[in-house]
This record gives sequence, structure tokens and C-alpha cells, in this order.
Amino acid sequence: MKTRIPYILLVIFIIFVIAGVSLGEITKVLETAVNLCLGCIGIG
Amino acid sequence: MWRRVSQAVSAAVINSHWPSLFARTIYGGKLKGFCVPGLNCYSCPLALFACPVGSIQYILAHIRPSIEAGKYYLGFYVIGTLGIVGSAVGRMACGWICPFGALQDVLYKIPTRKIEIPRAFNYFKYAVLLVMVVILPAMVLDEFGYGEVWFCKYLCPAGTLEAGIPLTVLNSSLRSQVGIQFWLKASILLVFLGLMIPVRRPFCRTTCPLGAIYSLFNRVSILRLSVSSECIKCDRCYKVCPMSIKVYENPNSRDCIRCLDCVKVCPVNAVSYEIAGRRLGSSEPF
Repeated sequence: MKTRIPYILLVIFIIFVIAGVSLGEITKVLETAVNLCLGCIGIG
Repeated sequence: MWRRVSQAVSAAVINSHWPSLFARTIYGGKLKGFCVPGLNCYSCPLALFACPVGSIQYILAHIRPSIEAGKYYLGFYVIGTLGIVGSAVGRMACGWICPFGALQDVLYKIPTRKIEIPRAFNYFKYAVLLVMVVILPAMVLDEFGYGEVWFCKYLCPAGTLEAGIPLTVLNSSLRSQVGIQFWLKASILLVFLGLMIPVRRPFCRTTCPLGAIYSLFNRVSILRLSVSSECIKCDRCYKVCPMSIKVYENPNSRDCIRCLDCVKVCPVNAVSYEIAGRRLGSSEPF
């Protein structure tokens, strides 16, 4: 059973990624990352 | 040696958008929709990809307005990406890919008196993850329901080094807005840079929220370390370990970044790596 745990987790997280992609979260990440983060720079 | 090559190639690939440097801004292409497995600020002028810690904070900070608008952005994509990496190799990305981790390895090579920090400090990164990355961005909201990226804004020294300093040097309009928050973050960066010379990976050990996430997978990941009964407890593994772990006491410690230096230096080949429970060897695999 112990050797199966990482594979079970892997499948769960692949489902997470598929769910995230289908909900449009890549666009949300893209929207975040292409805009200058003033907080990251320390002036926002 | 291969780890150094991997760190150098990763840093160069992750930060390879040179045209942005000359345009004095940041890259705005579609690759920014993908998260890198290491801590690398997406506001670095050279950055090609998104930072997972920044992305998850941003999603949590915008969660209420998103749901009100009928968009269920709950962070599945970012959490899933980190979970896939963690389930496969645990904290290995910290040791082989993360540019900020590589910087700490380089600075520790400066010859000076080395010191150890108390092990209890290693737990601070879980508080940073919980409070600054999850709770504050999701719970402290303005009148419109938006939160802030607390870790990026008030703590992250990688953001100051990779984005804050280059952009304020390159861009005069940003430079004119520099205030107390910038100097606070610059001071935090300076403290960490100073600590990186006598202390092994101080940021990874005590503060990094990404390392905190990956660390939860170390005991259950596909790639794991094991120590056989041939171990003579000579402490050579401890002396080379960038995270100050006595590998024979806890081969899959939450702090292990899977650099595999311990596998390489063990004089009796007692430390080995295993994949899915199968011992594959006691020499460096790559």
C-alpha cells in the first residue's frame, strides 16, 4: 500500500490540474504574471 | 557536478527573455501561464514563466470577486502542478531547479566561519505558508473584496532581487515611487544575503513557503532516500548536506532537497536512492 501512495497522489493532482485548466485557471495565472506586480517590486 | 549544471541551465532557461531587459518592462507572452517548480519572481524582467507562490496568492486574493462573477478559480491548477512535482520527487526542485536555492549554494561557498541555526527555526516556513500565502491574502480584503499578495509584498527576497532592484534601476518612473516598503524588502534581502554566507540555505530552511509545500511530500514521494545497516555514522553526509540533515537519522526528512550529495560521499555506499520502493543504486544517478 505504501508504495502506491505517491501514485494515488499523482493521479489526484493530475485531476487537479485538469480541473484547473478546464476552469480557466491558466488564463488567471497568465493574467497575474503578465502584469507588473508592484507588490513584488516593493512599491505597490 | 550535474546538479550545478541543472541549477545553471534552469536559471538560464527560466530567466531568458532578454528583450524585456532592453524594453525596461516584463515579458507578457503565453508562457507566463505556466508555473515554474521553483521560486522565481514573474515580475523579473527576464522571467518567462509564472511563480507558483505568487500565482496562488493572487488567486486567493481574488477568490471572492471571482466567485461572485461566476468564475470558480480556486487554485486547482497551481496546487495540482506543485502536487505532481512533490508526489514525484518531493523537494528535489529546490535542490536542482530553484534559482534562489542555487544562489544560496553559491554564496555558502565563500570561505568564512560557518554557523548552524537552531533546528526549531525550520518550522517558521510553515507559519509563513499558512499566514502570508493562504490566510492573509484570502481573508484580509479591501472594500471591493480583493486581498493582497502578502508574501510577495512584504517578505519575498527573491522578488526584491529579481524584480525590485532590476526594475527600479531600469525604469525611472518606478524608481520615483520607491518608498519605505521597498527599503523594508531590500533590508530583508540584505539580511538573507548576509546569512547565506555563513549559514547553509537559510531561506529554504526557515522561510520558503514553496519548500514548505514540497516538504510535505518527502515521505511519500516516488523518489526517496534510504540508509542501510552498513552506515557507520561518520557524518560525511551531514557535512555535505546543504540543509544540515543527519541523513542516517532521517533519510526522508521534510527538509531534504534531494540534492543526492549524501549518496555521492558515503564511504560505505549505505545511502541510496529508491524509486517507488525499489533500491536503484548508491551512486549519483544523473
